[in-house]
Amino acid sequence: MKVLVPVKRVIDYNVKVRVKADQTGVDLANVKMAMNPFCEIAVEEAVRQKEKGAATEVVAVSIGPAQAQETLRTALAMGADRAILIQTDQDLEPLAVAKVLAAVIAEEAPGAVIMGKQAIDGDNNATGQMLSALLDWPQAVFASEVVLSAGSAKVTREIDGGLQTVEVALPAIITADLRLNEPRYASLPNIMKAKKKPLDVKELSALGVDTAPRLKVVKVAEPPKRSGGVKVESAADIVSNLKTNGVI
Amino acid sequence: MAVLVFADHDNASLKDSTHKTVTAALALSGDVDVLVAGKGAGDVAKAAAGIAGVRKVLHAESDALGQGLAEAIASLVTPLMAGYDALLTPATSLGKSFSPRVAAKLDVAQITEVVEVVDGSTFVRPIYAGNALETIQSSDAKKVITVRATNFKAAAEGGSAAVETVDAGPGAGKTTFVDQQIVKSARPDLTAAKIVVSGGRAMGSAEEFQRVIEPLADKLGAAVGASRAAVDAGYAPNDYQVGQTGKVVAPELYVAIGISGAIQHLAGMKDSKVIVAINKDGDAPIFQVADLGLVADYKSAIPELMDALAAAGK
Repeated sequence: MKVLVPVKRVIDYNVKVRVKADQTGVDLANVKMAMNPFCEIAVEEAVRQKEKGAATEVVAVSIGPAQAQETLRTALAMGADRAILIQTDQDLEPLAVAKVLAAVIAEEAPGAVIMGKQAIDGDNNATGQMLSALLDWPQAVFASEVVLSAGSAKVTREIDGGLQTVEVALPAIITADLRLNEPRYASLPNIMKAKKKPLDVKELSALGVDTAPRLKVVKVAEPPKRSGGVKVESAADIVSNLKTNGVI
Repeated sequence: MAVLVFADHDNASLKDSTHKTVTAALALSGDVDVLVAGKGAGDVAKAAAGIAGVRKVLHAESDALGQGLAEAIASLVTPLMAGYDALLTPATSLGKSFSPRVAAKLDVAQITEVVEVVDGSTFVRPIYAGNALETIQSSDAKKVITVRATNFKAAAEGGSAAVETVDAGPGAGKTTFVDQQIVKSARPDLTAAKIVVSGGRAMGSAEEFQRVIEPLADKLGAAVGASRAAVDAGYAPNDYQVGQTGKVVAPELYVAIGISGAIQHLAGMKDSKVIVAINKDGDAPIFQVADLGLVADYKSAIPELMDALAAAGK
């Protein structure tokens, strides 16, 4: 079974985000970029499924600028077999991303899509669900365990208050939650090998997908700052302070 | 403009986040209906009818709706949207599962985790784990919105809306429910609790987490939370996680024990009214947001805190 793994290039999660002074967005100039952490978990899961024999080929796909090739090379170094970049400098909304992915899927016909539940820039947590709806495929989102078999997948999902297990007929969309696995670090030999793996680049415009934005960003502002309070000397001070202020 | 609010419930009782989402909906329109989709959820529908400002309650019943299968809920909601201009759903794990499906079916954007309604088409939402607030304007004819309920006040009780039964829709299709394990707890729900006690990686083990954090939470009548580091390390279950990738809480009192205060954690709790932090590293970023900070090893500080609370009659 072929598994498709969409990945996104985002600001590295360790970098402190700065809002631009003119409030038009977040400053991304000269900022370290990396693969979205949830996408890394998805790549890891697809590669593990291949190592277990449940998947035969892992194809990574990214939609973004030329530099997203680096993100795809990371996926290849982790164990993906080949990669596709749909190149654009436009910043796409989740609905547009889902439409582009649906077009890629029409061509690639994977047996399953494993992707991150959320990108840590827009924090939308929507693309997988939208893709599933557009394709009329079943979805299993926020996965913490995935068992792929012929024709179906049994997925344990993180829900409020606990876990839920569902069975979805394949092909299906699975989105990765935090505890699905711990992604591996690519070894140097694998990084070298990844440079030779196939990476196709296609222009977004060649797909003929409507990616017009539906949302206009009016402004991006810093959240109100919270100032630190006082340091106290003992646990008893905490209790007396909370009591004085009527908190407890 | 008519607005449909999706009710958050567990088939037995209506959750407070529904009331808060109704408040967000009333900022858009006076015509607010609530949809209760579940199984054996008649009491929930009655409770929803009692929220002040609600025009009508729609009530649909089926196994798949009761199991919270996203496909079933989306296929119920999408045709209903013919009669509404906006759908508002609390951003719970269920809301996040089905709401984007409805948006895609309607060919509109989803406006995710709204924290403020500016006007009928303009909304504020956090991005980059709450490190920035984005004000966006939607050009879509229908708005599909998830709401960060902790940012809105709960709508009052006192309504007397009619409850109307609606057809449950075509079901979940190619998804089958297998089973579900919900952790039963006598403690309050994390997102609705007035007090939250959270532990971090400093706990060192799941046993230590339980030994230290849980008795303190019980003494305060608090819910238990954890940092992502503690969850990653397996000290606490995932649904305890407070932060960007977990739950966003805004209690009256938030007590952070052995939590350094990574950006991703602060994003989930910095709207708390009073923050208390205990950490042995005086330079930990948690102290930059804490109202009361104690630089101490939790191993000595927590027993003292328990004693001081006991002395104060807690």
